[in-house]
Amino acid sequence: MEKQAEVMDKVVGILTPFVKNPDALKAISMETSILKDLKVNSARLVDIVLEIEDAFGIAVSDDQADQVKTVGDAVRLIMATGKA
Amino acid sequence: MNQRVVVTGLGVLAPNGHGLEAFTAALKTGKSGIKHHAHLAEAKFACQVGGIPENVEEIQKRYLTDEELFAMNPNMIYAAIAAIDAWTDAGLKRPVAGDDTVDWDTGAIIGTGIGGIDTIAEKLAPKVDQGKVGRLGSTMVEQIMSSGNSARLSGLLALGNQVTTNSSACNTGTEAVVDAFCRIREGRAVRMLAGGSEGHSKYIWAGFDAMKVLNRTKNDAPTEASRPMSGSAAGFIPGSGAGVLMLESLESALKRGARIYAEVLGGYTNSGGHRMGGSMTAPNPLGVQRCIQGAVAMAGIQPSQIGAINGHLTATFADPIEVANWSKALDLPPAKLPWLHSTKSLIGHALGAAGGIESVTSVLEVHQGFVHGSVNCDDLHPELAPYAARVAHQTFEMPELKVIAKASFGFGDVNGCVIYKKFEG
Repeated sequence: MEKQAEVMDKVVGILTPFVKNPDALKAISMETSILKDLKVNSARLVDIVLEIEDAFGIAVSDDQADQVKTVGDAVRLIMATGKA
Repeated sequence: MNQRVVVTGLGVLAPNGHGLEAFTAALKTGKSGIKHHAHLAEAKFACQVGGIPENVEEIQKRYLTDEELFAMNPNMIYAAIAAIDAWTDAGLKRPVAGDDTVDWDTGAIIGTGIGGIDTIAEKLAPKVDQGKVGRLGSTMVEQIMSSGNSARLSGLLALGNQVTTNSSACNTGTEAVVDAFCRIREGRAVRMLAGGSEGHSKYIWAGFDAMKVLNRTKNDAPTEASRPMSGSAAGFIPGSGAGVLMLESLESALKRGARIYAEVLGGYTNSGGHRMGGSMTAPNPLGVQRCIQGAVAMAGIQPSQIGAINGHLTATFADPIEVANWSKALDLPPAKLPWLHSTKSLIGHALGAAGGIESVTSVLEVHQGFVHGSVNCDDLHPELAPYAARVAHQTFEMPELKVIAKASFGFGDVNGCVIYKKFEG
């Protein structure tokens, strides 16, 4: 089971190509909002979820995906789903 | 009161060169962009040669971010590179991130013949058929919709006037120029990017290969394969890429001190109705002649003022018919016909991009005063013997070239013709 820091690193790696506000990447934390702070195009959330599923070998339901607003939400979801 | 319309920018990504400097040099030296492609041989195509722009993976990084490229297929990438080049060549700056200004006066008509078929064939159809719709991700629609190439430009350049993709097969790029010209002329836009793009997917080329309209006899000699006006022409060679012009009202161009390449004197589009010898794949000669005459009439010139013809001339059976149509339409005997040449001899038939790339060629020629050599027709088609003295086999300087005619005659029996005049103030 990967530690939170490793999971967060991987998530940031997945998010990076979609980030339109590079400055926000430098100060990224669990509280960073994917849409508001990183200015990711909301249409691309679908693709980010697909990449997370592939990278961590998990399945994310539409409802679960809707709850992910921050980097921390994504990390916690990954860690919770992995344990199940 | 109609606006006069001029060309203030050019952008080109062709199989034989990217950018005006490389492309112009390629035209002048007769550099072919036709190469043998292993993937066509593996897929058992009869014609295994074609024209594909080179080094695009490197080039695209200078124009587009990873985030943008994530949702763009080759057709869209080619269009974006050429359009951005035309934009900056016109002296305009790319919008900066964070700037919310929209340019309400500038639009784009960037056509395509087939469009995002590679996205459909390689990504969409397989996943849908496997019952995996949910794995497609968010980028399918914007890549497969016919307007994908132009729609993406709206965001790249903050365009606020009409943004659309036209489609009329081989006439697409030329028609885009005509429609953009008319829009500015009527005062509905100040500037329009106009031209066409086409991807290089084997799925585009397969249909033409199956129809047996491609030349299968020169797989071992790619640069000799595209043979417009030749006696040994055996079909066209597929090409790809993009060519885009910045059309602008003369008033606007003068006001901002833009460099002006040429004036668009006139343009015309029509169809032959698949009658009188015309069909889905063959032109109605009268339709072709009416198109040429319509453009010339609108231009307000005498046919004898035309110094060169950048023809449709694809290397099919239709080439001699086309030349005869030019002679009839312009009412000029063979000995007096303008210089004849075909850019397709160097880049193949780039389909939706053809009219765009060939229009860029025509403007470069009339601006700089040269006619590029039409290669591979030393063995001129016997029916073209009367016109032999008017075929430009080699590139030559022509300082007296003031007016050039560009025409395309496409599948569907659809025609387009534009008359460009060198701008001299």
